[in-house]
Amino acid sequence: MHARLIHHFLQCLLIAICVTVTMLATDLKAADGLRAMVDALGGGNFQQNQKQVEALAGTGDPKVVPALEALAAGDLYQRKADGVVFIVRPAGGNFTLVDALTGEAGGEVPKAALEKIKVNNGLRRAIRSALGGLTLMSPDAGVRLKAASTILRAPSADALEGLDAALAAEKDGAVKAVLEQARAASVLVSNRPADEKKAAVATVVKTGGREALSLLSAALSSADESLRPDIEAGIDQIEDQLALWAAGQNIWYGLSLGSVLLLAAIGLAITFGVMGIINMAHGEMVMLGAYTTFVVQQVIRTSFPGLFDWSLAIALPLAFLVTGAVGLVIERGIIRFLYGRPLETLLSTWGVSLILQQAVRSIFGPTNQEVGNPSWMSGAFELGGLTITWNRMWIIVFSLAVFASLLFLLKKTPMGLQMRAVTQNRRMAASMGIRTPWIDALTFALGSGIAGIAGVALSQIDNVSPNLGQGYIIDSFMVVVFGGVGNLWGTLVGAFTLGILNKVLEPYAGAVLGKILVLVLIILFIQKRPRGLFALKGRAVEA
Amino acid sequence: MSIKARATGALLAAILSTTAFHGAFAADDTIKVGILHSLSGTMAISETTLKDAMLMLIDEQNKKGGLLGKKLEAVVVDPASDWPLFAEKARELISVDKVSAVFGCWTSVSRKSVLPVFEELNSILFYPVQYEGEESQRNVFYTGAAPNQQAIPAVDYLMENEGVERWVLAGTDYVYPRTTNKILEAYLKSKGVAAEDIMVNYTPFGHSDWQTIVSDIKKFGSAGKKTAVVSTINGDANVPFYKELANQGVKAEDIPVVAFSVGEEELAGLDTGPLVGHLAAWNYFESVDNPANAEFIKTWKAFTKNDKRVTNDPMEAHYIGFNMWLKAVEKAGTTDTDAVLDAMIGVSVPNLSGGYSTMMPNHHITKPVLIGEIQADGQFETVWQTPGLVAGDEWSDYLPDSKDLIADWRKPMECGNFNVASGKCGGKGS
Repeated sequence: MHARLIHHFLQCLLIAICVTVTMLATDLKAADGLRAMVDALGGGNFQQNQKQVEALAGTGDPKVVPALEALAAGDLYQRKADGVVFIVRPAGGNFTLVDALTGEAGGEVPKAALEKIKVNNGLRRAIRSALGGLTLMSPDAGVRLKAASTILRAPSADALEGLDAALAAEKDGAVKAVLEQARAASVLVSNRPADEKKAAVATVVKTGGREALSLLSAALSSADESLRPDIEAGIDQIEDQLALWAAGQNIWYGLSLGSVLLLAAIGLAITFGVMGIINMAHGEMVMLGAYTTFVVQQVIRTSFPGLFDWSLAIALPLAFLVTGAVGLVIERGIIRFLYGRPLETLLSTWGVSLILQQAVRSIFGPTNQEVGNPSWMSGAFELGGLTITWNRMWIIVFSLAVFASLLFLLKKTPMGLQMRAVTQNRRMAASMGIRTPWIDALTFALGSGIAGIAGVALSQIDNVSPNLGQGYIIDSFMVVVFGGVGNLWGTLVGAFTLGILNKVLEPYAGAVLGKILVLVLIILFIQKRPRGLFALKGRAVEA
Repeated sequence: MSIKARATGALLAAILSTTAFHGAFAADDTIKVGILHSLSGTMAISETTLKDAMLMLIDEQNKKGGLLGKKLEAVVVDPASDWPLFAEKARELISVDKVSAVFGCWTSVSRKSVLPVFEELNSILFYPVQYEGEESQRNVFYTGAAPNQQAIPAVDYLMENEGVERWVLAGTDYVYPRTTNKILEAYLKSKGVAAEDIMVNYTPFGHSDWQTIVSDIKKFGSAGKKTAVVSTINGDANVPFYKELANQGVKAEDIPVVAFSVGEEELAGLDTGPLVGHLAAWNYFESVDNPANAEFIKTWKAFTKNDKRVTNDPMEAHYIGFNMWLKAVEKAGTTDTDAVLDAMIGVSVPNLSGGYSTMMPNHHITKPVLIGEIQADGQFETVWQTPGLVAGDEWSDYLPDSKDLIADWRKPMECGNFNVASGKCGGKGS
């Protein structure tokens, strides 16, 4: 009796559970459809997945956005056991599973239980335009702006409907402007009537820039006769604008190259220019500075990841100290015995440079080391038609700052006074009570230290490898000799002149010939003015 | 002055390092294997790894019992990235150290510099790097890719899968990029690409200021046609090039760059986050998923005692070449050069991408071609691969003065440049 009752109760319970589940299932039917679509991403090939992404975009449901973003970033995985697709976050050696649609965090599983869903460029493009369409109505103006510019870059006729809806709802002026441009671009590639396209051409021409040019050129090939003159005139107009900006861009590139040359040469302007030491190990000082940056970043990466954006600021004084100390040792150990014997100095410093290179190769290995760019040195911004990369801009600022502080040190401080006194007339300076050997050592250390901080900056744009210095040594000597030995201003003007000359020649002559032409011009110049741009006059020359 | 000083310095360093490596070994019951890779100078960055890989392979073989009952012994010399020194060191390996085979060289100019030595002293060289082709020598086995095993499939991939219509051929100014680009240009034109849709650009070695060129590429890419860059930029110049690409916002989805000289090793010095999707064409990637490769990677990391060391394509080429040589020596029963040269042709050994590679009569090998996209972790992910193996074609079919040439080192032809049109041995390069 009792048993039967329990049995009956259990039966009821089962039925109840069944009913609830079915009801829930009906509610979740839409979500189920999405889930099935997301799950279908697993196991498909690139072409199939591209179709699948387009289908997901077609649902217009913003719920799929995280999954698509994860797919583009390579964070979407399929569970091997049941084929369910998850977003994953690394958790030590394992992965934390995150539901692809709801964003709920699940358990941790070992990496081997999951299979990555591969992406290629075609798929990434599909995802990009899908996301552009899906995020047009996002509450965040920044996201909307990004979505609109995505469509502007890859317009399609399918996006028009969404764009019209977004335009109607848009309040933000900046976003609206980009939306209109994106709409015009999309009209251009659609099969809308010619008069609508005509208006679109005008909008695109007004947008200007490379992308507009690209759009118009593509449209030209398929445009009908009535539109052609408009498009051609638009292309001409944009090309004229771009040509003007291109000239400005070349000057900017020249300034940037000049700042790199200035940084590389400025330490040499002290050791070679002021002291007259032919220091072939100068490039290796730059390299040591770059390796100091690497070590600092390595320590920060392992111990203080939060400080990464400060890594360069921390590396600067350290690089100065390290290379300055190495310079001090070289001067005290070798160079002081060789003053007045340029050939021996050249050979011995060359030997030092080989030793330093091989030492670094033995300690850090022969391969490149990764030095990261802090976030404030990555990327670029647009200034009118100019693309200015942050790292180049900061390097220009930095090189000028180094130059200014060096000038200040030499001209306005007692130490600088003593340095100049010693180089101009050693015996007189010694009679005045200056400890000339000590000043020599300090001057050489200063030149080396400045090469070191140049290395910190150059690590941001070049390889950090044992050969780093080799690439700069010839250029450094070139700048110092061209600018005028013993004159800091000469180094500044020389560096920027050579930089701009090189970059103005490069578009016409090519990189290889451009460099040769610059060298030939320098040789001719040195024939005419053997002492460089700003020759020192007076007694110092004779000494 | 400075060049002379540099040469002297390099020479001194080389003499020092070689004397250090010699001396200790003098046993007669070993088979000696020469390793001719630069351990100092500009090429040390790439070649040191290959020296380590060879030492590992020899070490592993000795653990398995050596060869013909004898232990293998590595003789390492340092040609210091100095091309004439390569010839001197090769001569020293062959006549003084009496090595049975030499594994070495990276740049084409170093290979060209040692060719006469190997011919004169009749020894064997295994050359593990992708190169421009247009050569087949009796004493050399080319285990790297010929242009048809790397460049042409890569261009095909971009044309078919990415719909590329406009091409930038960017390279470092020396023989490999120039010849490869000449072949590619001829190939693209044969596929109907117009001359104005091809831009060729050369830069000096170690070029570090890429601003103008990257902006030129952007400009070239804004003509309304899908554009791609085919890069034969070599060595150190790649890091600043990719940094500039990333900073100027050239995305792989818009203008993909496919490189022939950028492998795992080169990416190790880069933050690859902004480069995801740019491509490389090789015959092997570290990420290839199969047991043989997993074993190789494990052994490599254990041998170098460094968990971060990556493997790359030229290492795999040495792996294949070394195993082929072992097999040929076993087949011939001797390390005698002529016998091994005969035995080598037709030898087939497993490669690391999950198949077998065979030595062809033209002294090139069969390999699969893989196209990989750069990932954020500095590895490549294979996105495409040739359905079968591709045999290396030494004389390109797309260059007018080499299309009639073939190489076949089997008897009775025994010729590296047989002209099929005239029916005579001795065309170009003889």
